[in-house]
Amino acid sequence: MNRDMHGDPTVVDTFLESTLESVDRAEELVLDAAKKAGINEDDALSLGMAVRECAVNAVVHGNRYNLNKKVHLTIARDPEKLTIRIVDQGEGFDLQNLPDPLAEENLLRHSGRGIFIIRAFTDDFSVRRLEPAGTEVTMVKNLGS
Amino acid sequence: MSIKLSTRQVGDVTVVDVAGRITLGEGSSTMRDTLRDMVAKGQKKILLNLGEVSYIDSSGIGELVSGFTTVTNQGGQLKLLGLTKRVKDLLQITKLYTVFDVHDDEAHAIRSF
Repeated sequence: MNRDMHGDPTVVDTFLESTLESVDRAEELVLDAAKKAGINEDDALSLGMAVRECAVNAVVHGNRYNLNKKVHLTIARDPEKLTIRIVDQGEGFDLQNLPDPLAEENLLRHSGRGIFIIRAFTDDFSVRRLEPAGTEVTMVKNLGS
Repeated sequence: MSIKLSTRQVGDVTVVDVAGRITLGEGSSTMRDTLRDMVAKGQKKILLNLGEVSYIDSSGIGELVSGFTTVTNQGGQLKLLGLTKRVKDLLQITKLYTVFDVHDDEAHAIRSF
C-alpha cells in the first residue's frame, strides 16, 4: 500500500484542476472514503462539508481558479483515523488574522464561515505554509469514536 | 440537482420554494439573483421555503444572510420555512438560527408577517 508524506497508508492521492467541479469531486472522494471507513452517514456528510469548504478555499482563494495550478488531495486511513490533506499553490493565509464569524459584529457578514465549519466538523485541523508557495491543510476525523 | 427555485404569491407574501443544493456556483448565484430581483420589484414580505434543500455550504449561508440584510434594509422581512435538520444544525452552530425568523408551518409563517 502507498503511504503519504507523513507515513499514513493512502486511499486517495490525486491532483485536481482549480475548478468548482473539483470541489464536488473532492467531496465525493471523501464521502466514499468515509463510508468505507465505517463513518456514519451524518458524520460523513459533515466531514464532506468540511472538505468542500477546504477545497473551495484552495480553488478560489489559493489557486484563484488558475488552471496552471493544481489542488493535491490525499486521503489516508489508519485504524484510528481518516486524514485528509489538501494542498494548493497559492500565496497562503494567516489563520490568526481571520475574523471570528460568531462575533456579534461579524454575524451578518456575507463570508468568512468556511474555516469555522471545517473546525466544527473535524476532530483536528491544521494549516502549514509551504515554500516557496502553497498551503497544506490537514483535517483528521477519528474513527470509532 | 443543483438548485431549483419557484415563487408563488400567498396574499401579500411571496413564497420562494427552494429545492436542491445551495452551494458556491450556480446554487448560490441563482439564490442571489432571485432575491435581488424580488427586492427590485418591491416585494417586501418574502418567505423562503427551504424544506427541499438537501445541502447548503458557507456560500449558501452567505446568500441567505445577504438576502436577509438586503430585504431588511429595504424595510421588508425575509423569513425561513421548513429547515431540514442539517440546515438547522448549520444555522445553529453559526449562531444564525436566532437571527432569522424560522417557521415549521407555512400558514403560521404567512400570518406572522
